[in-house]
Amino acid sequence: MKLRTAAWALAAGLLFGYGLALSTMIRPEVVLSFLRFQDFGLLLVLGGAAGVTFVAYRFGPRLLSKPFAGDSFGVHPSVLDTRTLGGAAIFGVGWGICGVCPGPALAGLGAGNWPLVVSVLAMLAGAYVQGRWFGD
Amino acid sequence: MDAYFPNGYVHYLAGGLVIGAGVGLLFLATGLIGGISTFFTAAWSFVSPQPYFQQARFVDSRGWRVAYAAGLVAGAALWLASMGGAPAVTQVTWWQLAVGGFIAGFGARLSSGCTSGHGICGLASLQLPSLLAVLIFLATAIVTAHAVRAFGGA
Repeated sequence: MKLRTAAWALAAGLLFGYGLALSTMIRPEVVLSFLRFQDFGLLLVLGGAAGVTFVAYRFGPRLLSKPFAGDSFGVHPSVLDTRTLGGAAIFGVGWGICGVCPGPALAGLGAGNWPLVVSVLAMLAGAYVQGRWFGD
Repeated sequence: MDAYFPNGYVHYLAGGLVIGAGVGLLFLATGLIGGISTFFTAAWSFVSPQPYFQQARFVDSRGWRVAYAAGLVAGAALWLASMGGAPAVTQVTWWQLAVGGFIAGFGARLSSGCTSGHGICGLASLQLPSLLAVLIFLATAIVTAHAVRAFGGA
């Protein structure tokens, strides 16, 4: 791995984690109140994040011949199949039980929401079971 | 407005914009697509000899994914330091955090994406499968969250 890539990933992660904390999405209570229609703020989080990312994805490759610290712009096509859609359905059940998804689980630890370590470890276990016995 | 955003809306929008700046910066700087859930699989490549975890897509990307994850933790710590005050510690029960986390981790990896991979990166690149994934996980999460409360959960 290039050290330069890791350094930029760290910098990008810093912004991501700061934004997650600022949005209060690192608090499961806020996520659960959204899922129970008590507070629609998370739509603004998702919309704001996807909107800015859309601009970067759309106009970055038009303005730059290549990433300013990398070799080429990547793509990550989603696949329309039962794994993608069934996995999403299962993910939603878990998210609805705990109010924690992968990004906020990690960021929450940094902001002192220490019980989320339970979710981080459980997500690692879930990812292991998926890869070990249900991998594609 | 207050009925939909009883806790205000500025911090939600601002937080979302900063999150997007992070995912956008990763792309502009390195060309990488920055979903989070793959970290939870790639991390196993350090310790498990299982062929699934030793695939190039995990071994070759684990370095930057670990750095990205470390940035998430550090970025939230910076926020706490800049805000001052005591951290918000969740009152959600440990069994919800454990059972929900396990199911979410399993499902996100089966789906090859979570709220960031499908929700931010997938929607930002206008991918239909990701849009469908987002609508599906929002639907099952909404139903589940209501059911959990009905059965006495936090």
